[in-house]
Amino acid sequence: MAREKGVVLLDFWVSPFGQRVRIALAEKGVDYEYKEQDLINKSEHLLKSNPVYKKIPVLLRDGKPISESLIIVQYIDEVWSNKAPLLPAEPLARANARFWADFIDKKVYECGTRLWKLVGEEQEAAKKEFIEIFKLLQGELGDRKFFGGETFGFLDLALVPFVAWFYAYETFAKFSMDEECPKIVAWAKRCMERESVSKTLSDPNKVYEFVLFLKKKFGVEY
Amino acid sequence: MASDGLLNGLKLYGSWASPYTHRVQLALKLKGLEFEYIEEDLTNKSTSLLLHNPIYKKVPVLLHGDHSIVESVIILQYIDETWTDNSLLPSDPYERALVRFWCYFIDDKLGTTLGTVFKSAGEEQKKAVSEVHENLKLVEGELQEGVFKGRRFFGGEKIGLLDIVLGCGSYWLSVFEKVADVKLIDSEMFPLFCSWLKDFEEQPEVKEIIPAIDKLLEYAHGVRQLMLSLSSTAGDPTTTTTTITGDDQGSKD
Repeated sequence: MAREKGVVLLDFWVSPFGQRVRIALAEKGVDYEYKEQDLINKSEHLLKSNPVYKKIPVLLRDGKPISESLIIVQYIDEVWSNKAPLLPAEPLARANARFWADFIDKKVYECGTRLWKLVGEEQEAAKKEFIEIFKLLQGELGDRKFFGGETFGFLDLALVPFVAWFYAYETFAKFSMDEECPKIVAWAKRCMERESVSKTLSDPNKVYEFVLFLKKKFGVEY
Repeated sequence: MASDGLLNGLKLYGSWASPYTHRVQLALKLKGLEFEYIEEDLTNKSTSLLLHNPIYKKVPVLLHGDHSIVESVIILQYIDETWTDNSLLPSDPYERALVRFWCYFIDDKLGTTLGTVFKSAGEEQKKAVSEVHENLKLVEGELQEGVFKGRRFFGGEKIGLLDIVLGCGSYWLSVFEKVADVKLIDSEMFPLFCSWLKDFEEQPEVKEIIPAIDKLLEYAHGVRQLMLSLSSTAGDPTTTTTTITGDDQGSKD
């Protein structure tokens, strides 16, 4: 079977994981074909490209698939290495970036999901945890412009798509990220000055509507 | 060529029964790097460990001078990028992505389901056993038809990152079979995986690191008895169980 040439991204519009890949491709100036996926009726193409997890995002280059957003981003960084380096050059800084990106993967989305899926005491507990997670990230950022230092990099793009979800999380769990983690909010504004980020991130109102849709779907009171 | 660990300032905090610790020990050995090893009592963690891994408070932790690196697959890549002889990762970006993917799968799926086999009994265990089989089928499939087809090791003629990650921990398959009285693996079900594992475990560097099977059996027996007796109370796994069941990597969405 002939392999489709070029770069193809199988993705879902609001996915923060997919957005990491889109930001990376934009930073590198790579042309690609975006293919929106139906996650309820998954396509043959998606199931064949990611048979292990059956999830988006999947990046295909000349028909060869790669899954898992942070793995895809590292691949993009290594193939298109002549422009906009994403991971730092030095091994210790790279290990640190990978550590925090892995921390984000383990913690942010799952805890964020509990913020809108749960109510009452369980939601309160999730809120405390969410704020703690971001306070740790804020500590790691310190007074730097970006997590990468002076330049936007791997760790910045690993985290920034979740910023579009803040409005939904704040509204449903009743708190303010600006009050709790002002340095993170300031960092997010600086990231949004980059076209790769501002053109990729979902409109927070659209994310809110999407979460509302999910709440209805899962029968969570709203 | 061996390097002086003290000159390199390498210290590894680990636990003798932890496959995640074994991964790092093996990588350091393959690179010919000497290091100081500190055995941690996971029921009574040292202040040093808690200082160097404040977020997860787990082993392994690699100290290189004043800097600490945690999470075994991140440590392995750090070692590979700092001491660049005898590469553990392939040079081709696509293959590197596949190696990283399968490392992720091993910890996210295979390790987790194996842990459930160990922790559970009855119907729950039966379900976990069939999940382990499904996961091993996927690995077997990669050896049969994937990029790694026809190779002696995933890394080629020599052990690479994926061999280390999959190999250190696969010994639990035969240990759990005996301790939990389940059928997890045989050469009819997974011929390529079994021959790869046998080859891996016969490598001299690997033999020096993996503990004796009877020691592992005795340890696993004790932990399983403890877990089953605690299983009626819905609580967190004990510290010792995380060594085996491997929450070193946690689980991702």
